[in-house]
Amino acid sequence: MAEQDDESQSGRRDFLLKAAAVGIGAVTTLVPAGAGLVTLLDPLRHKARAGTFLRVATLNALPEDGTPRQYPVVSERQDAWNKFPQVRVGAVYLRRTGAKDVQAINVVCPHAGCFVNYQPDQKQYLCPCHNSSFALDGAIKDPSSPSPRPLDTMEVKVSDDGGVWVKFENYRAGVHEKVVAS
Amino acid sequence: MNSLLGWLDQRTGYKAIVKHALYENVPGGARWRYVWGSTLTFCLAIQFITGIFLWMAYSPSSQTAWESVYYIQNEMMGGWFLRGLHHYTAQAMNVLLVLHLMQVVIDGAYKAPREINFWFGLGLLMLVMGLSLTGYLLPWDQKGYWATKVATSIAAITPVFGAEVQKLIIGGSDYGHHTLTRFFALHAGVLPASIIALLVGHIYLFRRHGLKAKEPRMRPDAAFWPDQVLKDAVACLAVLAAVLFLVIRTHGAELTAPADPSEPYSAARPEWYFLFLFQFLKYFPGGTEIWGAIIIPTVVMLVVFAMPFFGNWKLGHRFNLGLMWSLLAGAGLLTWLAIAEDGRNPDYLAGVKAGHIEAERVKELAQSPAGISQLGAVNLLRTDPLTQGPKLFAKNCASCHRYDGHDGLGNVPKDAQSAADLKGFAGRPWLAGLLDPAKVGSTNYFGGTKFRDGKMVKFVKKDIAGFSAEEQAQLKKVIAAISAEAELKSQRTSDVVDAAVIAEGRALAAGDSMRCTECHQFRRKDDDASAPDLTGYGSREWLISILSDPAHDRFYGKRNDRMPAFGKDEVLDAQSIGLLADWLRGDWYEAR
Repeated sequence: MAEQDDESQSGRRDFLLKAAAVGIGAVTTLVPAGAGLVTLLDPLRHKARAGTFLRVATLNALPEDGTPRQYPVVSERQDAWNKFPQVRVGAVYLRRTGAKDVQAINVVCPHAGCFVNYQPDQKQYLCPCHNSSFALDGAIKDPSSPSPRPLDTMEVKVSDDGGVWVKFENYRAGVHEKVVAS
Repeated sequence: MNSLLGWLDQRTGYKAIVKHALYENVPGGARWRYVWGSTLTFCLAIQFITGIFLWMAYSPSSQTAWESVYYIQNEMMGGWFLRGLHHYTAQAMNVLLVLHLMQVVIDGAYKAPREINFWFGLGLLMLVMGLSLTGYLLPWDQKGYWATKVATSIAAITPVFGAEVQKLIIGGSDYGHHTLTRFFALHAGVLPASIIALLVGHIYLFRRHGLKAKEPRMRPDAAFWPDQVLKDAVACLAVLAAVLFLVIRTHGAELTAPADPSEPYSAARPEWYFLFLFQFLKYFPGGTEIWGAIIIPTVVMLVVFAMPFFGNWKLGHRFNLGLMWSLLAGAGLLTWLAIAEDGRNPDYLAGVKAGHIEAERVKELAQSPAGISQLGAVNLLRTDPLTQGPKLFAKNCASCHRYDGHDGLGNVPKDAQSAADLKGFAGRPWLAGLLDPAKVGSTNYFGGTKFRDGKMVKFVKKDIAGFSAEEQAQLKKVIAAISAEAELKSQRTSDVVDAAVIAEGRALAAGDSMRCTECHQFRRKDDDASAPDLTGYGSREWLISILSDPAHDRFYGKRNDRMPAFGKDEVLDAQSIGLLADWLRGDWYEAR
């Protein structure tokens, strides 16, 4: 009887020892790994800047026949530690649709994010990556195009002095709905 | 589950490996003295884990290294903690390495057949020192920059190829982008990979020869698992606790101001565990540094490497023990001497203090709305009036002038004050003092200058002293008006509130009753004016002009006392004069 007690006691002691060794080992490893993971997740705290109207071009510079023209978009940008007061953050195609109306199209393909090219001969936009083609107004031209949605258009204002202001935003690629990238 | 593990075992034989690892024999049972190797492996694991996460946010170039570390430290979630963990574990490793080495020597675990493993251990020791040295530079802050410069300059005294060796280490003839890319590749690539290679050999040989038991054996032999593992785990936990205590107490590792080759940093010291080498070098007069920096350390290292051979001699072990204890005591003594000397060195102490102030200031500027531009954070302090103003003042102005009684940096200069105290220059209280019969002749105004018996002092002492109450009230308005010319930041509100008073004062100053325009010109060109222009008095433009050329007709003309023409004679560049003017006007960025 006493022998059995001893045995179960030493078994219990052995178990506690092992549990303590594993437990302490786990805690010590989790601290550095956890600290690293917390910092790694930092980007999730930051949101993309809300779209603001930026002056991109003048109405006079846009061809009257509605041919699109590509313009860089210049804005303030915070890139991690650096602050750029005026830097190119993207590009748009601008196209006259009336005497004082302009359509602005984001150059980024909604399929996988490549820069679409305008092809004057075909009067279409073609994505160089997976061959999605879009009509002048950005609509999907070929039904077999891989792009899930037309090119993304953005709000445009024309100011009294003829400046073309675009509410510049980027959108999530690969989805049917046009969702602002956050 | 069991069948899955069986399947895995059949293909990998992992069970035998685990068994081999866990059930290694510990002769004489588990003991605390055997934990050091495990704590070191544990520290190495922490460094690998935290290092890789830091790597994900670090950018090695001279315009981004400090900036990215600043971002980790101050902007990223838990970044200070991660960096602190990496920093203090590195320090813990150096302590544990010494403990491990001493335990191996005391227990005679370096002797045959364990010689090669002893050498592996020494190799690991040197690699870890290499990691400390390379890691110290990576934040590219003043502390790491200047301390590492000392280390790489020592490389240059290597015989024959010194200059080439140094050039190869720093990636060019000067510190720059390639110094960082090289140090980073060493720190995160070459050295860790070498450590893994040596560590594999170290552990393999350790297992091959088994643990060298400390005699006499107190208890029967036991397996490594679980008793020794638990002791190791507790020791690791204790190391971690010590590291965490330091991380939290100091809010992570310090990041001093961005590296700047044009700014002195008298607090440049290597990390405390290299201080003994630093101190050692002080005892070698010019031309003989090679003895202290290379020859003696190399000989000592060679002797330590040869210890296993000495160990075979009759008294060899005692010699080795004596050698190790003396080396330890010597290094300890040198470290203590270095710290004690620094504690008595006012330059060092002032350097540490200034370093802390600049570190705080650059953080404030980096968080300002303007942020860090493409020029990098080093430009923030270079263009900051609050940082540069006092230094420029101390160097160029304080031999005559004072700023609140000191030289701008808080020291009282050797030369007696012989020109005005410029704290609050052109502010209302300052002007009120200038126009106070009791103060105008003091050294804080004209007392130390050749104008001490001049017209202005006489006017104040005689005429103003006799002013009626009404005239005194008018004088106050004139003071407000002249002071408003400066458009000082500190008086922005009162200048607006007192707009009417200022307008009145302006009219009085321009008129005849106050007699200002008898000598000065004020808001009207007057070729006969013989005293400094009161138009825009104390404004940025006015200050820059007088600093540039005080002997200009607009100011003192030929009657200029001793003031140098800082701009005209190119004593200072335009940027420095602007910074000095901004600082005297109290115009710098302040965090809300």
